[in-house]
Amino acid sequence: MADISEAPHTERYIFRGGEKACAEADMAFGMNLPREACHAKVTGERAALWLGPDEWLLLGNGFNVQLTALPYSQVDVSHRQIGIQLKGNHAADMLNIGCPLDLDDAIFTTGMCTRTVFGKAEIILWRQDVQTFHIEVWRSFGDYVRGLLAIAQKEYM
Amino acid sequence: MLLIKCPYCGERSELEFSYGGQAHIVRPLIPSDITDEALTEYLYHRDNIKGVQAERWRHLHGCGRFFNAVRDTTTDHFQATYKIGEAQPASGAKSDG
Ligand SMILES: [Zn+2]
Repeated sequence: MADISEAPHTERYIFRGGEKACAEADMAFGMNLPREACHAKVTGERAALWLGPDEWLLLGNGFNVQLTALPYSQVDVSHRQIGIQLKGNHAADMLNIGCPLDLDDAIFTTGMCTRTVFGKAEIILWRQDVQTFHIEVWRSFGDYVRGLLAIAQKEYM
Repeated sequence: MLLIKCPYCGERSELEFSYGGQAHIVRPLIPSDITDEALTEYLYHRDNIKGVQAERWRHLHGCGRFFNAVRDTTTDHFQATYKIGEAQPASGAKSDG
């Protein structure tokens, strides 16, 4: 069964903007934000997760910049949510206890990410590897998500 | 499980979506210039069709975007989904679900 652990703390930002702001953000951040729906991109210690056609979650330090292309918004959510790592056998099965996504690794492939639900909590799910998932969840839902994952863990002991 | 096709994310579980009422209702440009009856019509009156109707839906626990859908309210069958701003696709009045 998969291990549940808290991911190391990192800065987090929600970036929203149209194509113009986005192109400028690519330069400022030193990495291209993924334009493909439900895909994440990793560059060094930084990651950008596509959340919507004009919305990204940015993980990592040094994303806080000022752009000239308006309108755009960049909100620091570093302490709003926590990261949970799920790694090992049956990771996808454990998630499917509360998540309706098809997590077959041919469908939800490595590198894909999306907002979805896990039980009664909204989460951002990112597949980093066939058996490794990164979950972002609002802090106050953290215990609930960890608790539900612990119950799922027992199914595969 | 009912799957709904988000125009951005593809087919996803209905659990991720929320309903947004009748689609293609145009807000009056200057609401103070129209009659009370016309404003009432805009604010409150909806078709509530038994059969095929165009609706707004939101991929709330997904990309977060609003989009439009053509749905048969008697069978819950989604005939089509399309982005806000696009024209409503032509549809057959009947559907086998
Ligand atoms: Zn979507």
